[in-house]
Amino acid sequence: MDIFDFSDGREGYYGEYGGVFLPEILHSTIEELLACFRECKADPKFWKDYVTLLQNYSGRPTPITHLENLSRQLGGAQIYVKRDDLNHTGSHKVNNVMGQGLLCQRLGKRRVIAETGAGQHGFATATMAAKFGYDCRIYMGAVDVARQRPNVFWMENLGAEVIAVEDGQKTLKDAVNEAMRDWVTNMADTHYILGTACGPHPFPEMVSWFQSIIGIEAREQMLKQVGRLPDRVYACVGGGSNAMGIFQGFFDDDNIELIGCEAGGHGVGSYMHSARLAYDDASVGVAQGYKTYFLQNDQGNMNETHSVAAGLDYIGINPIFSYLWEQGKVRFEAATDSEVKEALKLTMRTEGLIPALESTHGFVTAIKEAPSMRKDEIILINQSGRGDKDIFTIADALDDSKWKSFIGGKADQYRSEPD
Amino acid sequence: MGLQAYIEKRKKDKELLVMAHVVCGYPSFSDNMKELEIMSATGVDIVELQFPFSEPSADGPLFVKANEESLKSGTTVDQCFDFMKQVSERFSFKVLMMGYYNTAFRMGEELFVKRIKEAGGSGYILPDLPVEESSNLHAISEREGIEPIILMTPTSSDKRLAKLGEASRGMVYAVARKGVTGSKTNMSDDVIQLVKRCRQHTSVPIGVGFGISSKADMDFLRGSADLAIVGTAALKIWEESREDGLTKFFEELMA
Ligand SMILES: Cc1ncc(COP(=O)(O)O)c(C=O)c1O
Repeated sequence: MDIFDFSDGREGYYGEYGGVFLPEILHSTIEELLACFRECKADPKFWKDYVTLLQNYSGRPTPITHLENLSRQLGGAQIYVKRDDLNHTGSHKVNNVMGQGLLCQRLGKRRVIAETGAGQHGFATATMAAKFGYDCRIYMGAVDVARQRPNVFWMENLGAEVIAVEDGQKTLKDAVNEAMRDWVTNMADTHYILGTACGPHPFPEMVSWFQSIIGIEAREQMLKQVGRLPDRVYACVGGGSNAMGIFQGFFDDDNIELIGCEAGGHGVGSYMHSARLAYDDASVGVAQGYKTYFLQNDQGNMNETHSVAAGLDYIGINPIFSYLWEQGKVRFEAATDSEVKEALKLTMRTEGLIPALESTHGFVTAIKEAPSMRKDEIILINQSGRGDKDIFTIADALDDSKWKSFIGGKADQYRSEPD
Repeated sequence: MGLQAYIEKRKKDKELLVMAHVVCGYPSFSDNMKELEIMSATGVDIVELQFPFSEPSADGPLFVKANEESLKSGTTVDQCFDFMKQVSERFSFKVLMMGYYNTAFRMGEELFVKRIKEAGGSGYILPDLPVEESSNLHAISEREGIEPIILMTPTSSDKRLAKLGEASRGMVYAVARKGVTGSKTNMSDDVIQLVKRCRQHTSVPIGVGFGISSKADMDFLRGSADLAIVGTAALKIWEESREDGLTKFFEELMA
């Protein structure tokens, strides 16, 4: 299956989803980007340079780890984890960012902008910009700035300017709007590094292409290390880039089930979640440059979303997934905030792994389903990122008193320092 | 009378027409009505009523706030259409719907066009709907006599302008510069050149918008554009000095 073969259909469409819905002023910029992307995708040297860069800079290929303790404890399927948390900057976001960084060189632009939710994409973009010598500005919702301070700290120290967006819900979607506003103004010298497989064509295809490195590696590693392919593959889905990345390695295997795990927030019926496909609350709409399922009201205005994981707290989903979901190719489930906290504790204690809150959504669903699977069946989870960045949120969730007194002590120390 | 005929007729008495803008429900519908009364009294020719949207990514800070506050106070699409009907019945200027495509998409394109027609509107401006995605909506509009306002921009190639020109009906909205609504445009020869390029590809009247805020801008556009489109500047004045300020603003603009 090549979902990116548009020869029988409309370019940039996956079924009825996708497309380009942008102001006319950006038309020539998007055309320029599309032409450059087509050139890169057709050039084997580009991909080779990309892989080499990630090997030498980010530690790829990331390994696959067998979670023997957890598998034994659950008593069902054998659980393996693809370790994209071991990338430089701590998540899969760096794959896409390095790819777009190389592409930006071909575009000849000297400034990059990005939106960020959890801050992982912003962190990766700031890192790439430092390495490639681009000016860099990151837009981040003010709520996310507050909950992901460690990433903001790194972005700023890497030389990026971080703008806290005060509009709307002050989260990821508002950061996207603000990045678009920058882009319609500065497109002549600026490339917009969109962080997930959403937005106008060619972003869903382009981001998926760069992230496909996860699935290509994982497939090879499973065959080599385990001797066979997994039965089920789980990945968390915010916009959908890490999930697209790993799933692409298994699209042509009819007997492998692919499961996207969305943010269930406070659960079904709460209207405080970001589950577009797993719950019934989303409908098809057009916003932020593309057509897909959005969490919106009947007037077409977006609803408030929520997740303990900032990187999943988003209104829309990758248009490719809307299509694959309708076709029955990908199943969608949701994990609630409280399930995520429990799964994180379990994973830390049994395996010594600290997945990011985002990635932990994939663990929740896998942990729920593993016990009812046979012992010779195999589960693969994509650990898209590591949880270090979430220390403040996790410490709050665990109500860790020693951490609180440490922070209190630090605060006293800063307050007593002369200005 | 269609938009083009209306503009051509009004142009017999004045060289440069004015199109103004309000965001429905911001600060309130009653404030909107007061603004529109002033616009009517000072001779504004066309008004765009913006239906608020939660993701106004083509708008600058003041309109972003206006969209957000209006939705927060509970503004609905139904209210906007009701308001459009009141406005078109009460005033003689032409009325356009302005907003984002999702508003039309969610209610269905057929119903969207019918409701504009029922509310006495002449057309609509949907800045995030590219011409490639418009064929169905344009066909419905043609049938119902409602006009889709096409945007032409400084980054549009000649080939692109030709395509846009083919789809243009009623009038064209020429975007004076890159960027979002709100900030000031430095009126330069580039704007005149843009209007010239647009004219090569369309025979409908051309309005120039984005950052128009003064009599000097009007003087600059006279003889080049058919309409000056005033958005953020008027809202800013309304927020600062209400009726007196807005009356003075439009009087000076038209002088
Ligand atoms: C670690 C991690 N995983 C997943 C995501 C969600 O994005 P996507 O669905 O594009 O993979 C994020 C986003 O910030 C992230 O930081």
